[in-house]
Amino acid sequence: MSFSLKKDKHGVVVVGVDGQLIVGNRQELKQKVLDALDGGGKKFVIDFTKTGYIDSSGLGVLVSLSKKIREQGGDLRLCGLNEDLQTLFELTKLDTLFAIVRTPEEALAAF
Amino acid sequence: MTTPQPLQIRRRATGGETEIELSLDVPSDLEYVGPAVELIADELPGGPLSLRRIRFNFRTAFAEALANAIAYGNRRDPGRVVRVRVEVARDAVRLHVTDEGNGFDPADVPDPTLPERLEREDGRGLFVLRSLVDHVAFNEKGNSVCLTLRAG
Repeated sequence: MSFSLKKDKHGVVVVGVDGQLIVGNRQELKQKVLDALDGGGKKFVIDFTKTGYIDSSGLGVLVSLSKKIREQGGDLRLCGLNEDLQTLFELTKLDTLFAIVRTPEEALAAF
Repeated sequence: MTTPQPLQIRRRATGGETEIELSLDVPSDLEYVGPAVELIADELPGGPLSLRRIRFNFRTAFAEALANAIAYGNRRDPGRVVRVRVEVARDAVRLHVTDEGNGFDPADVPDPTLPERLEREDGRGLFVLRSLVDHVAFNEKGNSVCLTLRAG
């Protein structure tokens, strides 16, 4: 259960969520992304390829980060959602709030 | 993640329709949610639920119910615990989560998918819970919830 952050050669910050994004670790993700935003990052990709589950607190932190990134003139894309996670975004209608693509490569190419 | 005190799972074979019962007391600290979910999910016998439903539906719904009980029920009071009981039967898994709070009325919780609520950070827990299991039942007081996942 951890988050990895790396910047690609075009300055896109790619965040990997390994395990779960839930009430117990959401603040860690939030802080890491906000630090990167403060450090000048504008383009963000959150990759859920290795994510088992996300609870409503995790969804909430994504909503909050999306707003903060937009306020700073940045852009956030989500990718790597499996079928179950995709359904969760659709049920909560958060698929209408986020730019969701299938793979990290597609997310990077879309910037 | 480390937890200050180990969680102790209790397991008993019951006979009758419920074959196995697992129980666990969880301190009222949100740091315990992830470890408690993993502990119970790892102990669930194969059979009633597919691995996919254990990995996603069971884990997510359990995390929601537990976090609600700790944060809103017990208000993170270290003197209170959340009692978890899982009944594993051939036809279903029933997960009971009970806190020591005053309860709430689930009918008062607004729909988080309304356009004006969509960008709120909180308020999706109950909606997610209802979406992921086959049946959700609260006791009259509103401090105990039973989540049923039918076999499959």
